[in-house]
Amino acid sequence: MSIQVAEEWLNACSGCEICLLDMGERLLEVLEHLDFVHIPVLMDHKYYGQTGREKHLSVPKADVGIISGGIRNEEHLEVAKAMREQCDVIVALGTCATHGGIPALGNSWTSEEILDRYYHTESTDPCRQYPSNGVPPLLDRTYALDEKIAVDMYLPGCAPHPDQVYAAIMAVVQEQTPQLAGLSVCDTCPTQREGKGDLKRLRRFLQNAKYTPEEPLDHMRCLLEQGLLCMGPVTRAGCGGEAGTPRCIAARVPCRGCYGPVKPESNQMLDMLGALASNRVDIQSLPEYTSLLRFSGAHNLLHPKASKERS
Amino acid sequence: MSETIKISPLTRIEGHASIAIHLDDAGEVADTKLHIMSLRGFEKFVEGKPAEELPRIVNRICGICPWHHHLASNKAVDGCFGVTPPPAGNKLRELMHTIAHAEDKLLHFFFLAAADFVLGPNTDYQARNVIGLAKANPDLAGKVVRMRQKAKMLLERFAGKAIHPVAGVTGGFAKPMTEEDRTDMLAQVQELLDFALFTMDFAKNTVFPQYLDLIQSLGKIQTGFMGTVDDAGGLSLYEGKIRLMRPDGTYDDFAPEAYTEHIGEHVADHSYAKIPYAKSWQEGVSMDLDRPKGMYRSNCLARMNVVDSIPTPKAQAELEEFRERFGRPAQATMLYHWARLIEEVYACEHALQLLQDQDILDPNVRTQAEPKAGRGVGCVEAPRGTLIHDYSTDENGLITRANMIVGTTHNIGPMNMSVHQAASSLIHGGEVNEEILNSIEMAVRAYDP
Repeated sequence: MSIQVAEEWLNACSGCEICLLDMGERLLEVLEHLDFVHIPVLMDHKYYGQTGREKHLSVPKADVGIISGGIRNEEHLEVAKAMREQCDVIVALGTCATHGGIPALGNSWTSEEILDRYYHTESTDPCRQYPSNGVPPLLDRTYALDEKIAVDMYLPGCAPHPDQVYAAIMAVVQEQTPQLAGLSVCDTCPTQREGKGDLKRLRRFLQNAKYTPEEPLDHMRCLLEQGLLCMGPVTRAGCGGEAGTPRCIAARVPCRGCYGPVKPESNQMLDMLGALASNRVDIQSLPEYTSLLRFSGAHNLLHPKASKERS
Repeated sequence: MSETIKISPLTRIEGHASIAIHLDDAGEVADTKLHIMSLRGFEKFVEGKPAEELPRIVNRICGICPWHHHLASNKAVDGCFGVTPPPAGNKLRELMHTIAHAEDKLLHFFFLAAADFVLGPNTDYQARNVIGLAKANPDLAGKVVRMRQKAKMLLERFAGKAIHPVAGVTGGFAKPMTEEDRTDMLAQVQELLDFALFTMDFAKNTVFPQYLDLIQSLGKIQTGFMGTVDDAGGLSLYEGKIRLMRPDGTYDDFAPEAYTEHIGEHVADHSYAKIPYAKSWQEGVSMDLDRPKGMYRSNCLARMNVVDSIPTPKAQAELEEFRERFGRPAQATMLYHWARLIEEVYACEHALQLLQDQDILDPNVRTQAEPKAGRGVGCVEAPRGTLIHDYSTDENGLITRANMIVGTTHNIGPMNMSVHQAASSLIHGGEVNEEILNSIEMAVRAYDP
């Protein structure tokens, strides 16, 4: 049987759509089960009719609606609502959709402050007013999808691993609900943890970790124990796909939290500061804290007032 | 009776745009607008962040070309902290940059653009896409999917993460390359080169000949061009000086740090994205088709026009043939597709050159940096054009100011012009159908925005 799918990208970068393509040959297999009725990155279905003369935006009916990106402007909101109306099941694909993602870092400022900077950079000509003709007005901040519409399934990741996307699609094809393990990145990390040690301060990542390049990852000591901030303890596992090994760690680089919090409703910044403090690490050794919420600042966790109080 | 035709969303491109075509009472095109619909505000929200974290934040500007943002950002941070990567660190960055270029061009040509040519612009929209292409030509589709995946997996196997990379770090690269890595990569890149040559021939022999008239006319405008060249004027995607060429072929070269003297950005009422123009030409800014002012283009066609030569043999031979046929500078917008495939050949050849260099295996890949106050301008040729990241830091190494000009942005003005040219020449007497509207979109799609 063939499942009808509509796909949309909102306040996103297209990385999630590329991860669909990154399924490789499995993509061709998946396409045998799915019938895409709307997917702007690949297909020319239009909002206002195929000859652009309809007055109202519409997307086709579908069994499943996949949405990447959060909601930042009026058009995102309109499309999200249309998708919700037309699709039986809504899947939030990627961390922007599930938690706001990197663009939600903007929630530390008002929309006016963001516009003021962008239209007054050193290479920009003076302008009397900001664009308003035929472009959608910004909302006050970046919203995760479930702050504006009901979401049935969450597939976080920045970008999600193609293995997980494939598994989720095949689960849906078999009318099952895809299961995400409730593990942290640390639970899946092969590096050596030697226990608490005497780490008092973290250092910034301005020199490489200590390891022997020819040796496998399980010979390297845990990066947090090496004194580098690593968000593994407070980040949902999954970035390594079937292989399991966290992708940034494989590059010998510490995790920054791109799969969002282990429990969807947690606060990665508070969790991380708590984990460090309980291990007697001086949190003042971090240059700033906002970056700990760099993937999950929607749901009102980052807001202009908070950033000004912290600075 | 006057009316407005909306092409929304623009499809098979990266990002959010729409076209509004305003028809007058006679059904002729009175005005067109290319609306760029989104703004996220990276310039603002990176403020206050530790500079060394930026390469892992700003790569989210684009999920199709995250490597290029990642590396331009790394270069800008190096500048702020005053560090120079060791030779092997720089070579590894350049290798990743080059392979990412190769992957990107396969993605655009086959997954986004090819349906218009291989299936034809008048094919029903439900089949006019890569899915329809896979049904019509399963052998080719299988090969394309495998090859693009090969390029992507090369990046992932060596650098951990391919979408939103992390392996470029302040002062160099996070890990050295082993002989085992290199042997694997050499074999795979050779296969990619073979496929690039196959694609070039396939396009030249079976795709482009059917559309030569369209290629010469659709979206055609007169502009200048911008790209990066090495000291000898040769094509260079990773580093060099910026060459800004006027429509008559004369040009100025300048260091990336001097970009504000040469490029201005105009704010238009109908587009969140700004419209860059050549400030140094001192003629102002206008997108008028008959008398454009300050308009220049970026991306592969621009690079093919500004370079004196390409420093790899097979791509150089292709460039010579291209110039023989279309002149220099070539202005036809649809030639972007042709230029893109020449660059695909170059990217594969150049990746091989980098891998064959023994020095790439040197384990010293990173210079230690200290946070400090400074300014850095990082510049690379991204697939879509000259990408500029310009940061300043305070004494703690936190970002105080950031400015970015993204590859596609250079082409916003020219894309407006190409849309107007295509719409005006195709729409008459209020007659609008899907093939006409898709053809107008093809004039935008050529730029791979």
